[in-house]
Amino acid sequence: METFVFSVLNGVTYGLLLFMLSSGLTLIFSMMGVLNFAHASFYMLGAYFAFTIGAATGFWVALFLAPVLVGLIGAAVERWGLRKVHTNGHVAELLFTFGLAYLIEEIVKIVWGKLSIPYKIPPLLDGPAFTLWGTDYPAYRVFMLAVSITMLVALFLLLKKTRAGLIIQAALTHPAMVGHLGHNVPKIFMTVFGIGCGLAGLAGVIGGNYLVTDPSMAYAMGPIVFVVVVIGGMGSLAGAFVASLLIGLLQTFAVAVDATFFDLFGWAGLGAMTEVGRISISSLAPMLPFLLLVLILMIRPRGLMGDREF
Amino acid sequence: MTDTALSPALGPTRSAQFRDRVLPFLAFAAVLVAIPAFGPSRTWLTLFNSMGINIVFALSYTMLLGRAGLLSFGHAVYFGLGGYLAMHLMAAIPEGVWGVAGVFALPVVGFAGGAVAGAVIGWPSCRRAGIPFAMISLGIAELVASAAFIFVSVFGGEEGISGDRMKWFDPIAIGGLEIDFTMGPLGDVYWFIAFWTFLATVLMYAFTRTPLGRMSEAVRDNPERAAFVGYNPQQVRYLVFIAAGGFAGVGGGMAAVNFEIFTPENLSLAPSGFVLLMAYIGGIRYFAGPILGAVVLTWMQSSFSAYTEAWLLYLGLLFIVIVMFAPDGLAGVVARLAKGVTAPGAAPRLGRWAGRTVAALVALTGVVVLVEVAVRWSGGYGETFEPFGLPLPADEPITWVLVGVPIALGLTLLRLAATGDEP
Amino acid sequence: MNSAMNSAVTPAIEIRGLTKNFGQAEIIRGVDLTIAPGERHAIIGPNGAGKSTLFNLVSGMFKPTAGEVRLHGERISGLPPYAVNRRGLSRSFQVSSVFTNMTVRENVRCGVLWSMGQKYAFWKSVRASRAVQERTAEILAMVGLTDKADLPAALLPYADQRTLEIAITIAGGPSVVMLDEPTAGMSHSETARAVALIRAATAAKTLLIVEHDMGVVFGLADRISVLCYGEIIATGTPEEIRGDPRVREAYLGDEAGLEAAQ
Repeated sequence: METFVFSVLNGVTYGLLLFMLSSGLTLIFSMMGVLNFAHASFYMLGAYFAFTIGAATGFWVALFLAPVLVGLIGAAVERWGLRKVHTNGHVAELLFTFGLAYLIEEIVKIVWGKLSIPYKIPPLLDGPAFTLWGTDYPAYRVFMLAVSITMLVALFLLLKKTRAGLIIQAALTHPAMVGHLGHNVPKIFMTVFGIGCGLAGLAGVIGGNYLVTDPSMAYAMGPIVFVVVVIGGMGSLAGAFVASLLIGLLQTFAVAVDATFFDLFGWAGLGAMTEVGRISISSLAPMLPFLLLVLILMIRPRGLMGDREF
Repeated sequence: MTDTALSPALGPTRSAQFRDRVLPFLAFAAVLVAIPAFGPSRTWLTLFNSMGINIVFALSYTMLLGRAGLLSFGHAVYFGLGGYLAMHLMAAIPEGVWGVAGVFALPVVGFAGGAVAGAVIGWPSCRRAGIPFAMISLGIAELVASAAFIFVSVFGGEEGISGDRMKWFDPIAIGGLEIDFTMGPLGDVYWFIAFWTFLATVLMYAFTRTPLGRMSEAVRDNPERAAFVGYNPQQVRYLVFIAAGGFAGVGGGMAAVNFEIFTPENLSLAPSGFVLLMAYIGGIRYFAGPILGAVVLTWMQSSFSAYTEAWLLYLGLLFIVIVMFAPDGLAGVVARLAKGVTAPGAAPRLGRWAGRTVAALVALTGVVVLVEVAVRWSGGYGETFEPFGLPLPADEPITWVLVGVPIALGLTLLRLAATGDEP
Repeated sequence: MNSAMNSAVTPAIEIRGLTKNFGQAEIIRGVDLTIAPGERHAIIGPNGAGKSTLFNLVSGMFKPTAGEVRLHGERISGLPPYAVNRRGLSRSFQVSSVFTNMTVRENVRCGVLWSMGQKYAFWKSVRASRAVQERTAEILAMVGLTDKADLPAALLPYADQRTLEIAITIAGGPSVVMLDEPTAGMSHSETARAVALIRAATAAKTLLIVEHDMGVVFGLADRISVLCYGEIIATGTPEEIRGDPRVREAYLGDEAGLEAAQ
């Protein structure tokens, strides 16, 4: 029971963090057709910016400044980089963002060094929030939950209640139509790209000190975000939300399972000490999302809730 | 009927074919044969051997990205699986003359390994092109790399597996000619690499001239149309995928013999990304492009990394510049340059190009100073960047002048040149 | 040719109760159509009548919601495009759909390869088969593109691209040719040349053509079907169609077109 409740809590926290990353990517991908390979790099920039800004101003100012800064960089990248490549097609755009991811990682290594940096949880939140069955639950995770949910609500309101949100929603499902409505498509693209990157930056600010802040954090997170977007489906923020929680819970539970292949398939004659028998379920946890990615693309290319195939 | 009589109706003349298709390969062979005559050092030989492997690998990648229009983020899987198969067989090969011959033939085994892996993995991958294909290749690359770390008995865990290419034997004489070729010394390995690089290059070129090779380009340009001339686009992609996997495996087999070690890293995302860079920077629309890319990047990898810690940053910059401004790659630049020299009105055009090159170089100077100063500043060892004996510490204004002025000047000049071109 | 409704002959194309829905929208509603071997049949109709959808259904690009299509008696509805093509039905596209990065000759050769049994061969040069080379040259000569054979297709002028489109379509020697607005966007003289080409290229073949230019339709077709809101409202010889009151009604806004044909 105890493990279960904590796993659910951790899974949801991780899942919401994933959603913060993947919501931006889904917006960008569905509207512009750009599968932004560098999306997780903006997540990384968020964490590093928060570390540097936070050193001068404290965590709470950095919580706002860092995502804005990342968003501005994202908008600039769209304006002066991606837009130029756009005419050469989606594969060229993918290659551009691939190169960008490469570049950002190298720049981070040069500016902040190759090792992880001591980006710490603010002292205020560095304690238990509550105690269940004698185990402390960290306050910072509650804070992460709160930020994620706030962001979720804000995004929802932005999309449902504002004019810009309505245009974005229309562009999500019918990207070709928006131009006919007389809207400045390049500007919308730039804004959405900026907002998407800003959200990734926010995820970095609150995720970097929870997980780890090092130059490989983008590389570790990037493919998983793709998985979420693909599983969720093209054009569907709701799908991305479900997929984020699914992946979050799946990975958290897989890590918590203390079984090996022998425990599962021993009845079929699999030896406990054979190479396959010794594989533990928890060691497979990092592989599960990719297995899902490949299976979804093979079996259901539109994802869980997508309105069209890729 | 002679070929020349038919030529206006049936295609290029025999002499044109010789000039465009045979001559470049003869020149390539001549270069390969001539290299040892210069008595290259061990460092150079090592570099040449790596280049050969990368040429084959990059060419095989271009079969996918350039010819069939399939963007793969996991091509190293086939390189690695072919290489691993070759490693395992190398261990099983007995000592002796035939052992040496067996080691020499290992790239064939690599081909088989890569092709079989391609046949298995390609089946679910090739149903869609574009972004879904790219994503599946990424997912599969992650899965295979993770699996490789788990199955220690096959892949050797973190350390990988190592082998010994030297199948020792007493020198034998055939018809008075003493054979002393043991695959041990680097010079012997050079001939091995040169042989397979040339053969694989010829075969991959020949592939582009076959019905399947031509149709793979047709499917890239217009899959719908290809279906309406009787070809199943998925089937075309699948067969090309198998072939590309096989030739990547040849590269893997060559690497197994050359490096005598293979680790799960060899089939992970990092080498998959590097082969993408080599092929794309070289130019995927030209057959010689990936060869150029492999040579340049392998050389950069070995020489730049000695000069600067930031060589990967320069590589990333180069890639982005190519994607943005020269999507045909270095080969495209060379081809345009050649055309620009021969076409009428060469002088003013070359003048414009020279001006732009100078402007770009000026901006590049600023970028290099910035990067090098930053690298030393963050290194934290109190080192200073001293180009030509001029110390440039991070806290001196002169440094920032040397960063800002060239970048601003270069970009302004480039912009002026661009607007000057507009009619 | 006109009275080719002889039941003893297997029709080249037989469409029965063909229906296609996109979501709620019924685009094709129960089309029946029989085309005899060697017939030149035109489909006309106002914009949005479903002509292109009908083409896509017959050629295998879309799967029908209901009904079937038979080619020389064999059911082809539901087969993928390449399988339909291998059975002898070839089509062109309304928007030029050529292999832009290849030369004109290579484009035509791509159309020839499968029909000459080259399949997915990877062990021989594409130039190894003399038959393929000669057939390619023959097609190029027939459509008059021989002197442009080694130009990249992307550099051809518009009318030549349309010609190349037809050349690729007939290259494989199909028994049934479907042309989707082959003269769209052409000048008067270009259209005349294109009609002569279509006549020559589809001699002794069955032709199914969608065309807006009524002059072309009435000059070329043995029989005409009028498609309106997904249904065929009339089928007959050009004279019959000209005199049909329902057709006049359907074309009310397009009266000028019909008059031009008369």
